[in-house]
Amino acid sequence: MELLRIITAGSVDDGKSTLIGRLLYDSKAISLDILEAIERSSKNKENGAIDLALLTDGLRAEREQGITIDVAYKYFTTENRKFIIADTPGHIQYTRNMFTGASNANLAVILVDARNGILEQTNRHSLISSLLGIPYLVVCINKIDMVNYAQDVFDKLVDEYKIFAKKLSVKEIVFIPVSAKFGDNIVEKSKSTNWYTGPTLLNYLEKVKVVENEADANHGRFVIQNVIRPQTPELPDYRGYAGKVISGVYKKGDTVTIYPSGIDTRIKSIEQFEKEIDIAVSPMPVIFHLEDEIDISRGDYIVKQNNGAIITKSPEAIICWMDENVLTVGAKLLLQHHSSISKVIVKEILYTINVNTFEKNDDDKAAKLNTICRIALKSANLLVIDDYKNNRSNGRFILIDENTNNTVAAGIFSVI
Amino acid sequence: MSNKQFDYLNQLEYESIHIIRETAGQFERPALLFSGGKDSIVLVNLALKAFRPGKLPFPLVHIDTGHNFSEAIVYRDELAKRIDETLIVRYVEDTMKRKKIAEPKGKNASRNALQTFTLLETIEEFEFDACIGGARRDEEKARAKERIFSIRDEFGQWNPKLQRPELWDVYNGRISKGENVRVFPISNWTELDVWNYIKRENILLPSIYFSHTRKCILREGKQLMAVSDFIEPYEGDVLLEKNVRFRTVGDMTCTAPVESAATNIDEIILDIKQAKISERGATRIDDRISETGMEDRKKGGYF
Repeated sequence: MELLRIITAGSVDDGKSTLIGRLLYDSKAISLDILEAIERSSKNKENGAIDLALLTDGLRAEREQGITIDVAYKYFTTENRKFIIADTPGHIQYTRNMFTGASNANLAVILVDARNGILEQTNRHSLISSLLGIPYLVVCINKIDMVNYAQDVFDKLVDEYKIFAKKLSVKEIVFIPVSAKFGDNIVEKSKSTNWYTGPTLLNYLEKVKVVENEADANHGRFVIQNVIRPQTPELPDYRGYAGKVISGVYKKGDTVTIYPSGIDTRIKSIEQFEKEIDIAVSPMPVIFHLEDEIDISRGDYIVKQNNGAIITKSPEAIICWMDENVLTVGAKLLLQHHSSISKVIVKEILYTINVNTFEKNDDDKAAKLNTICRIALKSANLLVIDDYKNNRSNGRFILIDENTNNTVAAGIFSVI
Repeated sequence: MSNKQFDYLNQLEYESIHIIRETAGQFERPALLFSGGKDSIVLVNLALKAFRPGKLPFPLVHIDTGHNFSEAIVYRDELAKRIDETLIVRYVEDTMKRKKIAEPKGKNASRNALQTFTLLETIEEFEFDACIGGARRDEEKARAKERIFSIRDEFGQWNPKLQRPELWDVYNGRISKGENVRVFPISNWTELDVWNYIKRENILLPSIYFSHTRKCILREGKQLMAVSDFIEPYEGDVLLEKNVRFRTVGDMTCTAPVESAATNIDEIILDIKQAKISERGATRIDDRISETGMEDRKKGGYF
């Protein structure tokens, strides 16, 4: 069985939570007791029909305000797939939450209200999905019932979106006319949209090819999480380096370089769950044993040679700023790249990006909460990174404010 | 080869092991909260996979309410012995004595809420900076919103509106002194995933997870409860003998059995696939207090 991680995004009141509720409801992933609880809540709200949005809006404040504030995770399983849905808020003030939800997704479901058409928010959600390298976009034209299931409304929106979509770099975009409220084309094919011949949403989710990471097999990247040293009478000299294969493939005997020290050595053996294995593939957790005795510790990189890794102390990156305090040039922060942490200084804010149009703005360099911008960094330690476009797994990092300990930015390394 | 698709159970397992290793790497004094329930048993299994042949870099900690099922306690002690790891047990009873807290009385009374006190005391006593727990997001709607690294303030409180963004698989566990982090490595697992994993890994479970004959009380014509010293009979209760098993294992006072003939894991998996009632809905009397019962307890420092 395969695992597919999905994000749903849409504007306020596009019916996103209702759509997820409908997916869960129609695919029978909701239990009776939870449905009853929702029925009770729906009555409290005096709006008659079951409010499927209550399935995902879990916090009291969300229920009171009828909006999604934070990312909610939902799970359902069909015959051959397990789905993890990150339901994210649509409003611009929650761009960072959308970023959070999108970071792990392989597919984005973007909702458009058939009556309101393509909005700024639709563009923003699409652009962020594209920026984060999500390969598949499903544009659901929702509330199709409210426009009398009219094909021309659907076609017009599709054409409009396609013009805008030229800015995106995604593998595939599909369009589906749906009514989350009544279930049209969510799980079952709608009788009211005979003009639509494509798949239902669930059909598509079940058949789309899952792409985890397209990095080249040679792009072996590994960061040490823990050094395992039992120091028992049976294993006095055992020394293993535990971590997960971030990308690529490692084999017994491979020549590797340790960073930041730059020392070359070879993989003596690979161990997984107390068994020796010949080959380790991303994202397997393994323990490496090295040919030479070298003093290395958590956060050090074990990298395969001659395979395009960028070894640098001055990376450039696109970041989404996530803190209330504005980012200033000269700010000292911590950069966490997997298990490796380095002090960094922000050398320059090169430009900000208009999240609705993706136009670069060289004049506005103020990075406020939710701003997406390109920055140049100087780091204290050597980093072993990749351009995010080539290697999603090794091209990502977070920035941490040492004073508040907060995660203040999500970043992707970008080499022009 | 790089694009190899692992089975979903492998993917979940790998993600959890990565999280457990990050916890050990980022914190000075982590602990694994162990209850004797299936989720924490799976956690221990994952932790062993993360660190063997080394020792676990954290102790197992059990907050014992004194109202546990004896089968779970026996299992707990045997497990700690079998894997030769440290087990720390702290008793709610002791907290009650020290703080002069009266035994909760009345219908559906439970020490469940009191666990929070003992947990927070234990965290202070050992200066734990991270507690690994077996909570899953599919269990409950407030849990569905919680981060994998969930920061708690000096009072153990969760602030759902001020959660750190959590991106990709990069976990930020930095905290100030006095704060602690609750880490949930199996956040993305569902009840069925846990059972499928238990089956695949041949994990031993306490016997109460399997169908057995037990004296039960039927309360208000709908709520089945196991007869024990800790439950006061109430007017209208009907005494019955039933073939039951437990879907979750918490306190005897607030964990209800479900009627079932499932005696092995395959039958349990089939049972769950056909179940119309959710895991906690069927069994957790403590969740039914209000729509936001779990959110409120978490804000107070509960797991």
